[in-house]
Amino acid sequence: MTVDFGYGMTLVALVLAIYGAAAAAVGARAGRPALVESAQHAALGVFVLITACFALLTYAFLTFDFSVRYVATNTNLGTPFYYRITGVWGALEGSIILWSWMLGLYTLILILRHRDSARELYPWALATMLGILAFFLLVMTIAAPPFQRQVPVAADGRGLNPLLEDTGMITHPVALYLGFTGFTVPFAFAMAALITGRVGDTWLVLTRRWTIVAWYFLSLGLLIGGWWSYHVLGWGGYWAWDPVENAAFMPWLTATAFLHSVMIQERRRMLKLWNIVLVILTFGLTLFGTFLTRSGVIASVHAFTQGSIGALFLGFLALVMLTALGLVAWRWEALRSQGELDSVVSRESAFLLNNVLLIAAAFTVFFGTVFPLLSEAVRGVKVSVGAPFFNQVNVPLFLSLIFLMGVGPLIAWRRASLENLKRNFLWPVVLGVAAAAAAFVLGVRSALAVLTLATTVFVGTTIGVDFVRATRARLRVGEALIPAVGGLLRRHNRRYGGFVVHLGILLIALGVTGSHAWSVQTEATLRRGETAELAGYRFRFDDLTAVEESNHFKVVGAFTVSNGRVLDVLRPAKKFYPQEQSPIAYVDYRLGLKEDVYLVLGDFARDGTQATIKLQVNRLVSWIWIGGVVLTLGALLAILPERRTA
Amino acid sequence: MRRLWRWLIPLAVLPVLALLAYGFRVDPRDIPSPLIGRPAPAFGLTTFEGTPLSLAAHRGKVVVLNFWASWCQPACYEEAPVLERNWREYRDRGVVVVGVDIQDRREAAEKFVREFGLTFPNAQDLTGAVSVDYGVYGVPETFFLDRQGRIRVKHVGAVTDAVFRANVDRLLAEPGSP
Repeated sequence: MTVDFGYGMTLVALVLAIYGAAAAAVGARAGRPALVESAQHAALGVFVLITACFALLTYAFLTFDFSVRYVATNTNLGTPFYYRITGVWGALEGSIILWSWMLGLYTLILILRHRDSARELYPWALATMLGILAFFLLVMTIAAPPFQRQVPVAADGRGLNPLLEDTGMITHPVALYLGFTGFTVPFAFAMAALITGRVGDTWLVLTRRWTIVAWYFLSLGLLIGGWWSYHVLGWGGYWAWDPVENAAFMPWLTATAFLHSVMIQERRRMLKLWNIVLVILTFGLTLFGTFLTRSGVIASVHAFTQGSIGALFLGFLALVMLTALGLVAWRWEALRSQGELDSVVSRESAFLLNNVLLIAAAFTVFFGTVFPLLSEAVRGVKVSVGAPFFNQVNVPLFLSLIFLMGVGPLIAWRRASLENLKRNFLWPVVLGVAAAAAAFVLGVRSALAVLTLATTVFVGTTIGVDFVRATRARLRVGEALIPAVGGLLRRHNRRYGGFVVHLGILLIALGVTGSHAWSVQTEATLRRGETAELAGYRFRFDDLTAVEESNHFKVVGAFTVSNGRVLDVLRPAKKFYPQEQSPIAYVDYRLGLKEDVYLVLGDFARDGTQATIKLQVNRLVSWIWIGGVVLTLGALLAILPERRTA
Repeated sequence: MRRLWRWLIPLAVLPVLALLAYGFRVDPRDIPSPLIGRPAPAFGLTTFEGTPLSLAAHRGKVVVLNFWASWCQPACYEEAPVLERNWREYRDRGVVVVGVDIQDRREAAEKFVREFGLTFPNAQDLTGAVSVDYGVYGVPETFFLDRQGRIRVKHVGAVTDAVFRANVDRLLAEPGSP
């Protein structure tokens, strides 16, 4: 019953989406607003139907409806309430529903916002959105149907992947998917611009805020993913260059490049072609990411199991890229640049270099991700590309990018004079060098750490100098301090939002550097009452207890942490799920601004007299999360509607 | 000329797409085992019936060593009848099938053996030592051992009749141990 109903709704939604895409396209071509209006109704219908599918599946989860195969494989009678809701999108089929639902939502917002404001571009953008939505609905009907019968009806289900039993599982996928799907809107407008030949600034202005919105969510998704990895996976890291992390990181890099190059087009009418290609590339990479996670082509912790879905995604990726780039070739003449670069020492060239570096980073990540495949295809040799490759190539790129972050926003457009350079960069350079010297004197010997510290201080000072100067200018005309700062942020929100994002990146860079350069770890096997030491901390093994939870069995160790005085009792655990082949580590930690104490329970004696424990003191990691919060706040500030006149 | 070359832009994505398509033909988890050609690590286990089970006892025979678990749906459930059928067919020709159940609960595993009426020796690897020795990555994995006791083939995923016969027939055709 549930299955028939849900599947039926999916089918109707598919038909409606196809109709809507066609109606919008024909309406745009023939100039018949009635058809476009009809497409809008279709889009609304699609959204309502997907919402109903989503609700129905959630209901099936909450009521343990094991006649639905997806429910039976992803939950069992012991799954707690909360995880029965997040379990809805915990695996392939449900994730596609969530994805489609978000696409539908974005389509509705696009209709509401742009129905009247962009008459020429809007119908084509709508047609593109609905066309893409139709593809995902097609996946939901033929390749990965969430509504599929389980015969015979299972008495109990298999259960959710235990790693997904975490509060981060509501926010991480939701934010990530809002980011991924969000890039569909800029792509839709890019397609509209290419089809209509209006490749000027209109589509760009419409797209800019959308891109920041998608970028905001993608950043949030990546950060929460890092946090999840840090506190759930128990290896003490937050980023492993796993193919799927890479898949989410690549569109982030190209979108970041776009957010910068868009400013050159606004100011100097340059880079039209480049911008449109960046938008296409970003969307293509989001599709590539979904393909990677769902095709089983590359081994990854995130890989969903699959069937025909990989081929379907690849076909769609081919269709999208060939069509989009074909349109670019078709509109080649219109996309040519009008402005020219005046000087190498200018904001344009700083931004261009920023773009080159970001694309280089995206390319190396892409190359490293598909290299195992390439190697097997060409040489027949299986290899895996690990963190050393990615770090070695990307660290210099990112350091240069951070340096540019200091230069780009302050250097003059067109041609920077010596006066301009001195005015803006004298103090930052001095302080940066001083910071490097201070670090060296204080005993920091890692060249990379010194360099990062210097660059960070340099960039931080440029931001500070600019902000102080702008505030002073306002104070001089008689404003009070608080309104002056508030007005500055509010009126130039894009500029200062960008600065705040940059500050966030600086903090993240500090955290990454600190955790790489100064973290320490050790492993110890302790008998009850014995202690181990690491970095000035003492860890005493107190006892081991066993707990039976609703859907798993848990062994918890208690360790007293002290550094002279008792700080805390940490309780790392191992969870045994009947459906999993190996136990799941449950990490316990004590977070701090300077360092985190991080404990992972290893092997233990069954009688509880002895336990092996992995001890880590991870330095400065908290700054990654703090930087993440700052970064997202900055992005929010930049999203606010601009108020030129106050 | 100027008109033509720009059409190369869209075509530039074709090699990438071709590479990804190639990806369907390979299984990233199918990692070649470094144990191929090496002597199979010895072990001593106790079967579910309580009799001792070791490789040494089957020296001189072709051994099909299968790692499975009752929670391994559906692959282990697909291959269990295949293994039983071929065991019955080949047992008189110097072939032995050995099942090793890993990371499992005893009741669930015994139910599995009962359900499929498995008659070849099956034992539980309680400490996980055997699966570590053989570098078992997931279940099911099956090792084909020749009569000298060397690992010759590692098969990942469910064993089919064709896989079983091809490997066993080839190993049987080789000259036996001195």
